[in-house]
Amino acid sequence: MSELRETIQQVIQNEPVALFMKGTPQFVMCGNSERALRALREAGAPVTAVDILPDPRIRQELSELSGWPTIPQVFVGGELIGGADIVEELAASGELERTLEDKLGTDYRSEPAPGRVVDVIAAAR
Amino acid sequence: MVGVATAPLETLLHAAFPEATELSVDDRTGGGDHFQVVVTSPRFNGLSLLEQHRLVNEALADPLRDGTIHELRIRTRGTE
Repeated sequence: MSELRETIQQVIQNEPVALFMKGTPQFVMCGNSERALRALREAGAPVTAVDILPDPRIRQELSELSGWPTIPQVFVGGELIGGADIVEELAASGELERTLEDKLGTDYRSEPAPGRVVDVIAAAR
Repeated sequence: MVGVATAPLETLLHAAFPEATELSVDDRTGGGDHFQVVVTSPRFNGLSLLEQHRLVNEALADPLRDGTIHELRIRTRGTE
């Protein structure tokens, strides 16, 4: 397994909520990434973001790991939840908050490091 | 030029979901690369949204891979 893939895998496994997106929460570069981020924030999720744009290998390795072709991708407790459409639908039905509680505990809103960004390219070096 | 961009995707989806009770592809921006797909099928009954969307992604794997589809929005429903 490449260093980069290992780093991506670690982010997925170790971060309570990992959002692989185009851009960063401070500078979102895609409408779908924006929708996913907004739904997660409204649910109070402690989002750790990874920008896939700096290097095409990030998206390639991620999609090979997840079997999911599009961006954004949302993982909760190491498990793929889906892309923007799924996260929005789950948020609208209240299921997103239930999933967050199931995977992270009922006090997930008090998790630290909201808005954290991980640079997987730098971390894989 | 209605349907020029959406027809190949509709063909792929009809092949993958011949039993669909509702199936549509909308070119959201008119640019031929931002699509909204709606599929209602009994095949989705009992499947999670993740599994439902996976089936749609698999049906559209080629245009997703070759960049024909730049952005894809999916809405799936079972029939129950």
